[in-house]
Amino acid sequence: MTALRPDLAIISEWIQPGSRVLDLGCGDGTLLDHLKRTRDVDGYGLEIDPDNVVSCIQRGVSVIQSDLDAGLTDYFDDNSFDYVVMTQTIQAVHYPSRLLSEMLRVGREGIVTFPNFGHWSSRVQLALGGRMPQSRALPNDWYNTPNIHLCTLKDFEALCHKLNINILQRNVVDTAHRSSFGMKLLPNILGEIALYRFRHGQPSGL
Amino acid sequence: MPEFIPADSVGLVTTQHHHFEQPLMLDCGRVLAQYDLFFETYGKLNSERSNAVLICHALSGDHHAAGFHSMEDKKPGWWDSAIGPGKPIDTNAFFVVSLNNLGGCKGSTGPNTINPDTGSLWGPDFPIVTVRDWVNSQARLTDMLGINQWAAVIGGSLGGMQVMQWAIDYPDRLRHAVVIAAAPNLTAQNIAFNEVVRQALRSDPDFHEGRYADHGVVPAQGLKIARMLGHITYLSDDAMRKKFGRELREGKISFGFDVEFQVESYLRYQGESFVERFDANTYLLMTKALDYFDPASEYEGDLSAALAGVQAKFLVVSFTSDWRFSPERSREIVKALLDGDKSVSYAEVEAHHGHDAFLIPIPHYFDVFCSYMEHVAREVSP
Repeated sequence: MTALRPDLAIISEWIQPGSRVLDLGCGDGTLLDHLKRTRDVDGYGLEIDPDNVVSCIQRGVSVIQSDLDAGLTDYFDDNSFDYVVMTQTIQAVHYPSRLLSEMLRVGREGIVTFPNFGHWSSRVQLALGGRMPQSRALPNDWYNTPNIHLCTLKDFEALCHKLNINILQRNVVDTAHRSSFGMKLLPNILGEIALYRFRHGQPSGL
Repeated sequence: MPEFIPADSVGLVTTQHHHFEQPLMLDCGRVLAQYDLFFETYGKLNSERSNAVLICHALSGDHHAAGFHSMEDKKPGWWDSAIGPGKPIDTNAFFVVSLNNLGGCKGSTGPNTINPDTGSLWGPDFPIVTVRDWVNSQARLTDMLGINQWAAVIGGSLGGMQVMQWAIDYPDRLRHAVVIAAAPNLTAQNIAFNEVVRQALRSDPDFHEGRYADHGVVPAQGLKIARMLGHITYLSDDAMRKKFGRELREGKISFGFDVEFQVESYLRYQGESFVERFDANTYLLMTKALDYFDPASEYEGDLSAALAGVQAKFLVVSFTSDWRFSPERSREIVKALLDGDKSVSYAEVEAHHGHDAFLIPIPHYFDVFCSYMEHVAREVSP
């Protein structure tokens, strides 16, 4: 068993044992498999890629082959899950805002991770190089990238504010998923990957 | 004829049958006092009797799902693509049971068998059987085979409906339910197609109200047209275009009504060969079983409620170009299972073959199927 991808390790720590989890864009099912084995979590993954669907089934992870852009209404009633997780996927969907709302419709809490477009290397490449940024977190060319809705930490937080979403926890790491003092100080410049845990804003919320 | 048996075939198989004396109460209110079921088995039952898999057949299927009856056979069983050593339903791991359903025409009690009360053929007097009746009869076969719980019950199309009924009616007697290209009930359009089939059969001058055997004839024309219609709906527009296009048999049009386009030739061939292998009364019964299937109807249309008691883990598979049992219908099944927090995986396979896709070894489909069944096999012999 290879070590768990560090962002997934961080997410695992955020999830209460014995809870119900929906993983949007669950990939090969690594996270759900890990949560099932280590935290007694029950859940489903949604995944569009056929090979990933096969990998999930091989692992014994319950997977629903489906397109997140079609929304979650086909399948899930309100408040069906404790957590709805979406790792490295929000930047690739057509309607991120709608999906965030959907996450909190079907789940009590949402967890999202995405590549931070505000990372200094992106800023430098665009400002000085005049080219669309590429990085370890964003390796594609502009014309073939699946990442159509890139955002910075500030952008994401502004959207959460607009949707009355209350951010409970934030973590930034590099692509090796290490955190550092600098990242804590200047997350939107030094953080490559952003991790958020959030829920519906309370009337008295932030 | 197979000149040799392929390595991934179950090989030469023999049909078995069992006579059941215990009366079977049917949904229609009538009782089958006694009946026979014809079946085949492939692979070996393990000592714990835990590796048994039941195959439920679709409209025109039967017990001969895999392998060959003799070296003279032109074709193997109807689901040979999926059953055999190293195939999704791996006979190295599983003991596979496949039967001919009641009302069928391949040996099991049905219209073309003798009614013991009258000493003559049942014909049109054979009671209309439902998916639930079939499942009840299959449960008797399960008892007879000494199998307490199936590792999996598997079926496509009408077979998938039987799998759902199994999970509803006998929740503790199957660990896994594999429902392929099925639906929670038929749409109006689907019932409409079935009605055209029935009209084609019943309006054939040789039908004689279903007593064609007494007249020494078969309603060949009706059977042919019914099957042709069926075939059109089992394929997609795309599949037909790919397979036939507008190709002409003679290379030019002849301004007549003989077969000109390849697709006409194909349909006529399918229709004619069906006449030789199928029975009109059975066909009528099968369409009715399809039309009546609707487990949610007993729960005010709430499929989630109908599936609330299921214990089996589900694999649901649909095919993008299947317009008779479309992905939307499979999603309804998935949604209802999710509502009840049931264990379910769902694959929506990109395929241009239409409804027929469930019989075809499409790579993604078989990868999913194999992976799932490997999982089932690991549970049986860890």
